[in-house]
Amino acid sequence: MERYYQPEIECAPREKIKAIQDERLVAQVRHVWDNVPYYRKKMEEAGITPDDIKSSDDLHKLPFLSKADLREAYPYGLLGVPLKDCVRIQSTSGTTGKRVVAFYTHHDIDLWEECCARAIMAAGGTDEDVCQVSYGYGLFTGGPGLNGGSHKVGCLTIPTSSGNTERQIMFIKDLNATILCCTPSYAAYLGETMKEMGMSPEDIPLKAGIFGAEAWSEEMRQDIQDTLGIKAYDIYGLTELSGPGVSFECSAQAGMHINEDHFIAEIIDPDTGEVLPEGSMGELVFTAIDKEAFPMIRYRTRDICSLTREKCSCGRTHVKMTKPKGRTDDMLIIRGVNVFPSQIETVLLNKGYPANYQIVVDRVNNTDTLDVQVEMTQEMFTDNVGEISARQRELVEGLKNMLGIKANVSLVAPKSITRSEGKAVRVIDKRKI
Amino acid sequence: MDVKQISVFLENKPGTLNEMTKVLTEHEIDLRALSLAETTDFGIARFITADVLETISILKDAGYVSSLTPVVVAEIPDEAGALNRVLQIFMEYNINLEYMYAILGSKSGHAYMIFRVQDDKKAAAALVANGIRVLSQEDMAEI
Repeated sequence: MERYYQPEIECAPREKIKAIQDERLVAQVRHVWDNVPYYRKKMEEAGITPDDIKSSDDLHKLPFLSKADLREAYPYGLLGVPLKDCVRIQSTSGTTGKRVVAFYTHHDIDLWEECCARAIMAAGGTDEDVCQVSYGYGLFTGGPGLNGGSHKVGCLTIPTSSGNTERQIMFIKDLNATILCCTPSYAAYLGETMKEMGMSPEDIPLKAGIFGAEAWSEEMRQDIQDTLGIKAYDIYGLTELSGPGVSFECSAQAGMHINEDHFIAEIIDPDTGEVLPEGSMGELVFTAIDKEAFPMIRYRTRDICSLTREKCSCGRTHVKMTKPKGRTDDMLIIRGVNVFPSQIETVLLNKGYPANYQIVVDRVNNTDTLDVQVEMTQEMFTDNVGEISARQRELVEGLKNMLGIKANVSLVAPKSITRSEGKAVRVIDKRKI
Repeated sequence: MDVKQISVFLENKPGTLNEMTKVLTEHEIDLRALSLAETTDFGIARFITADVLETISILKDAGYVSSLTPVVVAEIPDEAGALNRVLQIFMEYNINLEYMYAILGSKSGHAYMIFRVQDDKKAAAALVANGIRVLSQEDMAEI
């Protein structure tokens, strides 16, 4: 049986969702015009005023906000309310440039946690469940977001945060955790550690996992589901928009429902900025229509995906986005070809390799090199050099078919690739460009 | 009649073999024979020890992946032509040799050769039929 946190909104008829969006967008644009001089200036430069925005159909007229704007307006330039009305900040890791610092009012925290609560219930969670939140707590939105959502659902919440892997497993087992929230790479690592401790999926009560904050492939989902004996659900979000819960997977495990009563999604051509029709692959753009403190209008996520409004078997009516192929930030341009780490992951898992890998990009004699390092496993190892080399060649071939360029495959010692407790570091780019 | 050779995966970079032998040294494991096979980016260390299970478990705890391979260990006189005689027998019995190496030193004055062949039982039988002593795992502690 499908469970909903707010069925009246999650399963609302499309007209009702549109009506909510129209009303909230018009009010939000007015709010931003009145309170965020940085964005008002952008609107003035584009020659539009709040009067031009009469419904969500006019959204495309508004100027974009990008990561560059966040940098320029850092830290208070995009604030929509007086600081005294803010009750929280959260921040990104800052791995791709300057940190994003986002502000929240009580209302903003509330809607964020509501979104997370919807995600937990979509994964089958109820107030009977024990929800272990192994996302990092602190500035990172993962821990606080799911923690709040778990409270809202009424789950018994175990705020383990990340790290101390054996203790995590002990808590899952001893305190009967049924839902696990963390990054997919950490879920895979927990599974690996469990196996090493001689435990099988039957030894733990987990039934579902909510995993996000990094791109992961369908093959990795399968792998995690098998090693932990659970159903693994994807969750998506950005600190700029609140955090995890902007969209989430339901029982169909085929695309993530965007919480459209809070966020309007568009897909644009990343080069021209033009809005693309439903079903097209392009850059995902979000407008937060009822956030007060940090009201992002047409924020370019740099995530590449597509949207669909096809009827979903779960009964939710909110638009679904596909798993982002990867953030444009993660995209590597190697010898002029676009390469997403997730494509490499797909090939590795398809060919039976573990999800522990590292991608090293370098430039030797003005030519880009791509080295995929994979750990040797007990299952793969044989005394026969020829057999191992043949597998290696098969992998090189598989990568070439997927990527269109040649990648070198290095077999490295077991456990030599650092395990991540949060977002995994998959790519080391040594090129000095 | 069979001896289990331990094969261990090593990255082909400086120090990896040393790290592994250090682990074995710490546990006072005596290598009776050692051979290396390598490609440009990985290698396989093949060796014989007296206590296979103990060695394997030490390696596992130290994070190595390994496998066991049956090999034939033959005792041959330490003199010219002795190896040739064994190879002659293999040829006559149509036994294909994948690789071979020698046991390091011995107390007995004999030489011991390790052979990896497709069919180790057939190879061992062929040698015995021709009067060549084939050693067992237990013998590895003695020689």
